[in-house]
Amino acid sequence: MADTGLVETLLQRVEKVDGGLDSQDVATSLGVDHQAIVGAVKSLQALGDVISAEQRSSKHWELTGEGCEIAEQGSHEARVVSSIPKEGMPQSQLMKLAFGKVGFSKAMSNKWIRLDKGHEGGPRIFKTVERLEDLVRDKLLLVQKGQASQLEEKEKNELKKRKLLSEVTVKSYWITKGSCFSTTITKQETELTPEMIASGSWKEKKFKPYNFEAMGVAPDCGHLHPLMKVRTQFRQIFLEMGFTEMPTNNFIESSFWNFDSLFQPQQHPARDQHDTFFLSDPAQAHEFPQDYLERVRKVHSEGGFGSQGYKYDWKIEEAQKNILRTHTTAVSARMLYKLAQQEKFTPVKYFSIDRVFRNETLDATHLAEFHQIEGVVADYGLTLGDLMGILHQFFNKLGITKLRFKPAYNPYTEPSMEVFSYHEGLKKWVELGNSGVFRPEMLLPMGLPEGVTVIAWGLSLERPTMIKYGINNIRELVGHKVNLQMVYDSPVCRLDS
Amino acid sequence: MPTVSVKRDLLFHALGRTYTDEEFDELCFEFGLELDEITSEKDIISREQGDTKAEGASDVILYKIDVPANRYDLLCLEGLVRGLQVFKQKMEAPRYRRVSPVSSEPQRLVITEETTAVRPHAVAAVLRNITFTQERYDSFIELQEKLHQNVCRKRTLVAIGTHDLDTISGPFTYTAKPPGDIRFKPLNQAKEYTAQELMSLYKTDSHLRHYLHIIEDKPVYPVIYDSNGIVLSMPPIINGDHSKISLNTKNVFIECTATDLTKAKIVLDMMVTMFCEYCEEPFTVEETEVVYPDGRTCQYPELAYRKETLSADFINRKVGISESTEHIAQLLTKMCLRSEVMSDGEQIEVEIPPTRSDVIHACDIMEDAAMAYGFNNIPRTTPRTYTVANQLPLNKLSELLRQDLAAAGFTEALTFALCSQEDIADKLLKNISETRACHISNPKTAEFQVARTTLLSGLLKTVAANRKMPLPLRLFEISDVVLKDETKDVGARNNRRLCAVYYNKSPGFEVIHGLMDRVMQLLEVKPGQGNGYHIQAADGKTAWEPSQWFKLDSVSFNGN
Repeated sequence: MADTGLVETLLQRVEKVDGGLDSQDVATSLGVDHQAIVGAVKSLQALGDVISAEQRSSKHWELTGEGCEIAEQGSHEARVVSSIPKEGMPQSQLMKLAFGKVGFSKAMSNKWIRLDKGHEGGPRIFKTVERLEDLVRDKLLLVQKGQASQLEEKEKNELKKRKLLSEVTVKSYWITKGSCFSTTITKQETELTPEMIASGSWKEKKFKPYNFEAMGVAPDCGHLHPLMKVRTQFRQIFLEMGFTEMPTNNFIESSFWNFDSLFQPQQHPARDQHDTFFLSDPAQAHEFPQDYLERVRKVHSEGGFGSQGYKYDWKIEEAQKNILRTHTTAVSARMLYKLAQQEKFTPVKYFSIDRVFRNETLDATHLAEFHQIEGVVADYGLTLGDLMGILHQFFNKLGITKLRFKPAYNPYTEPSMEVFSYHEGLKKWVELGNSGVFRPEMLLPMGLPEGVTVIAWGLSLERPTMIKYGINNIRELVGHKVNLQMVYDSPVCRLDS
Repeated sequence: MPTVSVKRDLLFHALGRTYTDEEFDELCFEFGLELDEITSEKDIISREQGDTKAEGASDVILYKIDVPANRYDLLCLEGLVRGLQVFKQKMEAPRYRRVSPVSSEPQRLVITEETTAVRPHAVAAVLRNITFTQERYDSFIELQEKLHQNVCRKRTLVAIGTHDLDTISGPFTYTAKPPGDIRFKPLNQAKEYTAQELMSLYKTDSHLRHYLHIIEDKPVYPVIYDSNGIVLSMPPIINGDHSKISLNTKNVFIECTATDLTKAKIVLDMMVTMFCEYCEEPFTVEETEVVYPDGRTCQYPELAYRKETLSADFINRKVGISESTEHIAQLLTKMCLRSEVMSDGEQIEVEIPPTRSDVIHACDIMEDAAMAYGFNNIPRTTPRTYTVANQLPLNKLSELLRQDLAAAGFTEALTFALCSQEDIADKLLKNISETRACHISNPKTAEFQVARTTLLSGLLKTVAANRKMPLPLRLFEISDVVLKDETKDVGARNNRRLCAVYYNKSPGFEVIHGLMDRVMQLLEVKPGQGNGYHIQAADGKTAWEPSQWFKLDSVSFNGN
């Protein structure tokens, strides 16, 4: 709030005039800084329609520092003339004066002085006029008195060029009475208090209007991580579709369950040091279901169950190597093996969303660990059409309706299909995930009945999340380096809208 | 997935028609390929080495095509064209034949006992009266490289050597010798080297140095000689310069040495089937006799055709279509699997050619039928599998707690399960040996040395990375750590943890204490010494303010 005294004075002034008044004039007449008047105007405006103030800007001419000096002491050329005695003055002496240089050339062009170059003892200057009219000073004096309007534009511009005058823009308010004009001001209340209600004083009070332009106060709250919010949604979708969650809380897996049980040969590139994290401690797994292990060895090295097999020397040492699981399908294999040990087969639908690890080269979309989403259905007589149908339903729940399938290769599924959806934004088909029908060489050694088909699909959790939240670099989403502001600001996750 | 790059115009010429990029992309998609990139040599050089280097390079358009990893028969232009032409029913799949030489004995490759110690298998064949052009020759070299990188597993399983048969004379001997005893002029070198010298020469070779490790530590190195003692090759490293092939080579001797015989046979079959179309008598390959140390002999290439019988009903049931037996036989024939309906009208006899080593089970045949039918023409159906969903109790509880921790004003962090030893030990003033941590043997950087044993280090790193954020920071994470556990089959287990951190200018122990009380309240655990929970000072040496540190993150819970 501006100084109350000034505010009241301003109101009294406004009351006295019929039309209105200019804030600059008020400042001049009260002898206060214009900014103080502006402050008073602002605080009156905040009180409602006490006054109305219209901003205007006006231009006017002002003397520069040099201009002021001339108005006071005369133009440089006039001062040159007055400083030259009758007998003249050496040019070098004149040039030493502060105004010498400019004054000399101007006085010369005005023909007020003359230069005798051949004079004995060096060039000497003599004055040619006794009296002179210092027009420059006169004009500046006019401007100083606020009578600049008497000068022609041309004259003003010339003085401006000599840097004696400058044109300044002055912002001011044109103040008139408002519809609620009063010379006494009442302070507006910001809050309704219990006391006001009790005393009834609220009836007389004026309340400050709310400022709807500003943001409200952010609530003091915690936030869930966006990737985990998306995980919750995927989990929800699987549960809605009747899928049971698999226990995937075992990051360390044996090569046996991660690869061999899936009929992935031991020379497969995925089992290379460059792709998979191997463990030095604990380096090896022990305890495998021995008869099953034997069937796995046989199907790899000799074939069987209708298969030619890979016909290579299958080694238990390779199968024993502990790794960080490269896919959650290792857990699916354990679950399907367990299912096969049941006395009677029952159809199942399984899902999981959990971390997997790859010893890959890192880039904007690849980290050494990410979350895999996986769905598995085991039943008698499932078809490739069923797999496509169920994928269609699954992706429908994510709001993705346009799907197509590309034949692909995967060591443990046959047929294998890559799932593509049409991206309206990118105007092209983008790959969403992989799917397929588990190979008989994987299922039959487990002991699952001949007619049982198992269909499955998988995708990463990070990719749809990055698309959903418009994040281009995976490091901005996952890991300790993420900006917490991103977590604070991320909206709720509705995948289907 | 291997990528094959072929010249577009050459491809279209061989296919007998042109396609727009979109049309060709569509054809690839249907056939299980992916048109990955349309580019030119000039583009590639300018992208990798700058525009100036690219000047003068060829701007012939190249198609880079992604090929499924098990389809070795599509790794060169010849194979791609054959596959697509048969698929489009423009031609019938050729029949590959192994033939004996007309007027002489077959070439012989004798394997000696010594190879057992290093690389025991070898197979060989001859392409007789072949005509190379520059394109064919380039493709021939390129296919060897593709096979080396894929099925040969970077030459560890199989290595291919090709030779101008007219420069050498059989019988050939595949043996193994101490490196000092092997001496020859290797491909593209001016003088002779011993094997030892070669190994050090190639240490700096950007291409060959990757293969040295395969035999480096062996007492003997594999080597193939002709009857005059000329070195054909020192597999899997380098061929001899003497027998190198050129555009003018008419008769090619191909040998594959291997640690895996099955793969060697496949690779040899691929090499000969892809290029025997350029022989005087197309699609024939001249046999070579391989003599084993025990005196056994075998003729190669195998070029085996195998027959499988399956029913139309099997395919219909597995795919979810109902096509006639005849139509299914036609579909399979389109995929280079020549098929005939048997007399009962229901069974189909399918012939698997030597090019389709990927077909090892009836389900592979079923997939080919589905591909030829068109995956996207298959009706999408809903399985009638009835199941009731169950959540994993541990995850259910974690989900519920996460919600309530956020409601308590804490923000969820998401940190990595892998970290450095330092993160879980030194930085928390612990000795690594007391952490029960699982160690990774092949981390590329220190960030992946161990699986975390605590969530705390990740949360502290999150705080450190967010020092610019307004205070206080309240963070939590519910996730798994990994601990060694000898009772498990793999010797380790996950352990679900909750960890929370309060970070402010003043310590605010009561804040984190209060959160723990709240968590206990949510879990219906009452404070108290008996069945309840209580806090006691830990001797934790965690760096700052040890007296105020208590181990919240050891409040582990299980879901039951």
